[in-house]
Amino acid sequence: MINSLEELEALANTKRCNEQNCQEELRVCIGSSCASLGSELLKAALDEAIKTSNMSAQCRVKAVGCNGLCAKAPLISHCNRATKQSTLYEEVQNADIPDLVQSLLNPTSVSHKHCDTKQDFFAAQTKIVLQNAGIIDPDDIEDYIAHEGYKTLFETLESKLPNEVIEEIKKSGLRGRGGGGFYTGLKWESVAKVQSEEKYIICNGDEGDPGAFMDRALMEADPHRILEGMALAGYACGASMGYIYVRAEYPVAVAKLSHAIKQAKKLGVLGANIAHSGFSFDIEIRLGAGAFVCGEATALITSIEGNRGNPRQKPPHLSDYGLFGKPTVLNNVETLANIVPILTNGAAWFKSIGTENSSGTKVFALTGHIQNSGLVEVAMGTTLRTLIYKIGGGIPDGKKFKAVQTGGPSGGCIPESLLDLEVDYESLKKAGSIMGSGGMIIIDEEANMVELARFFMDFCRSESCGKCTPCRVGTVQLTELLDKFIDKKATRNDLELLQNLSYVVKDTSLCGLGQSAPNPVLSTLKYFEHEYLEGISDD
Amino acid sequence: MIREKVRVKSFKINGIDVTGASNQTILEVAQDNNIEIPTLCYLKGLSCVGSCRMCIVEIKGSNQLIPACTAKIKEGMEVTTDSPRIKTNREMILSMLFSERTHTCSVCVSNGNCELQNKAHELHLDHIQVPYHNARFEIDASHKNFVNDPNRCILCTRCIRVCDEIEGAHALDIMDRGIDTRIIHDMDEPWAQSLSCTSCGKCVYVCPTGALYEKDISDEEADKKRSIIMELLERKAQQ
Repeated sequence: MINSLEELEALANTKRCNEQNCQEELRVCIGSSCASLGSELLKAALDEAIKTSNMSAQCRVKAVGCNGLCAKAPLISHCNRATKQSTLYEEVQNADIPDLVQSLLNPTSVSHKHCDTKQDFFAAQTKIVLQNAGIIDPDDIEDYIAHEGYKTLFETLESKLPNEVIEEIKKSGLRGRGGGGFYTGLKWESVAKVQSEEKYIICNGDEGDPGAFMDRALMEADPHRILEGMALAGYACGASMGYIYVRAEYPVAVAKLSHAIKQAKKLGVLGANIAHSGFSFDIEIRLGAGAFVCGEATALITSIEGNRGNPRQKPPHLSDYGLFGKPTVLNNVETLANIVPILTNGAAWFKSIGTENSSGTKVFALTGHIQNSGLVEVAMGTTLRTLIYKIGGGIPDGKKFKAVQTGGPSGGCIPESLLDLEVDYESLKKAGSIMGSGGMIIIDEEANMVELARFFMDFCRSESCGKCTPCRVGTVQLTELLDKFIDKKATRNDLELLQNLSYVVKDTSLCGLGQSAPNPVLSTLKYFEHEYLEGISDD
Repeated sequence: MIREKVRVKSFKINGIDVTGASNQTILEVAQDNNIEIPTLCYLKGLSCVGSCRMCIVEIKGSNQLIPACTAKIKEGMEVTTDSPRIKTNREMILSMLFSERTHTCSVCVSNGNCELQNKAHELHLDHIQVPYHNARFEIDASHKNFVNDPNRCILCTRCIRVCDEIEGAHALDIMDRGIDTRIIHDMDEPWAQSLSCTSCGKCVYVCPTGALYEKDISDEEADKKRSIIMELLERKAQQ
């Protein structure tokens, strides 16, 4: 049990000293992208090889979370503590293990697998949320503590009042990273000022957009940072219970989080009367059963309550009537992962990064027709061109860029003419898309935009809960209309109906799923109308 | 629990000054003042779910359309219940409801006594604006007195609510999602085999269409007793 800040720092120091004894460290990424290529077996084999070469005292093999460049998985990085040098190896295979072990003695032996860490993919990023990803062992709470973990929580409990925490978050200008972009500080304040014996903090880890994996990577790589963020939210808002809602399709994230909660409770950084401060905070995990709509706030809460995950009409808002009818804060994984760095470094520091109305960074998942697919974190206001060409490495096979789809099924497509758009909440909205949770699907010249719109509409159709008429029926009608365009059997009237129906579904649906479902259609209609006209046969 | 004080609030509906109690909804105050707002899933006496989206209204200062049945009144708000935007949306929503399943009035037991049909009259909707989808569902006629024909269901969930909130049996619920959504008994058992159904028939009385109906009755007897819910609630309150 850790009873005070001093004890926490003592533990951190001991851990750091122990680490110093071991000069070399091989960090194997066990995030889902690398794990799907067998990185866990790779780690076991590497462990074995180090043991048989009697190098265990000198070199440690550590499992770490995602380091971002998923296109080159599996990734292993080699760090030397004395020289502070780190080398990254890409696309490592079992056959490379003997060479890797050799490299500890002779650094050039696996040079053909070298991955340049000075390349733009890494150099153009600003890492705040992903600071520890790829560096710390997500299964080891002591490693997190050695990297200043839980220090902010303990310091805050000791020296800050809840309203001071809220003020700091308000000043930082942090906005919800799940896509809505609501100011986190205001959200917390509205719950903090409600008088209630019970309040809840919920972490929304029900990431369901096709092509999005930011939250998964965060939960897998640095689970304690999310727990610490939730505890701080609990302290600020007067809540003593938190839930993390994770989709069951993320088994690694669930395992890391469960393990992290267990460790945190054992050490007393979570649980009753944390560090004798009088503040108690407990966290439990709830698994989503695969419904996309459960990422919507009211549906998520209904699901945690044990009912069918249907949304309900707002108001009442969650700050008045949330989980079990109590005031509730619901934040996205990435939002909560921003709390610790803001309170550690101050609101002014955070505000200095990003744009005027969107401070900080945003994690994006680059997928689709792009060279460097993977996880990247950039300051708000970075242009799409930088993201796609500089960091993403451009379009593969010499093809031309056509569009980028942001925000998943709720977002829209942005054409080439807007590539110099500085990405933040407002600019994307103006362009007819949304920030969304951070999925970025890059589309090359060969893709058909009507088919793309149909893909997302079909997704919404199959994920509609069926409660309200416009979403239940409208998504089906829209999918069938888009089919007509793809089969080149549409009429002029169909084009008009497509537009009218899209506006009705957007205007009248009950929850965010339906309200945003027509966005892919409307944005492709805006920028690629000629592709729709090609589907009309009665001219 | 702290009980909130009920206060009187004044506001405007379609430019007319109205007053209501702070725990009332826009729809309730409108009805008290004889201002017509079309509804389908709403039924006085049952909880409000705001799912059919017929009762959408505009509130000055907000770009959103909100259902009048769930929106609590606020001092000074200005509500519009009928505008070109609302009209367009309502007609399309009603069109979608007609397109979804199979609503052939001429062969329906509820012909002339159907809220969906009445809504089309009220909104002067003589043809629908979207293609017919006509999803097919199996009819459950296993119960000795009642029939469940999902092909006429508009998923208003009144039956589920009345069974849960008034009868207290919760024999009905929803299965599947999206366009495949169905009303089921227990764990999707045939009606006759439902252990929790008390055969009280309230679900049939509140059904706005011919989706739930009584067997072996004449057209005149097919009149649904939708007001029975309020009568029951009043009796309960007297006890």
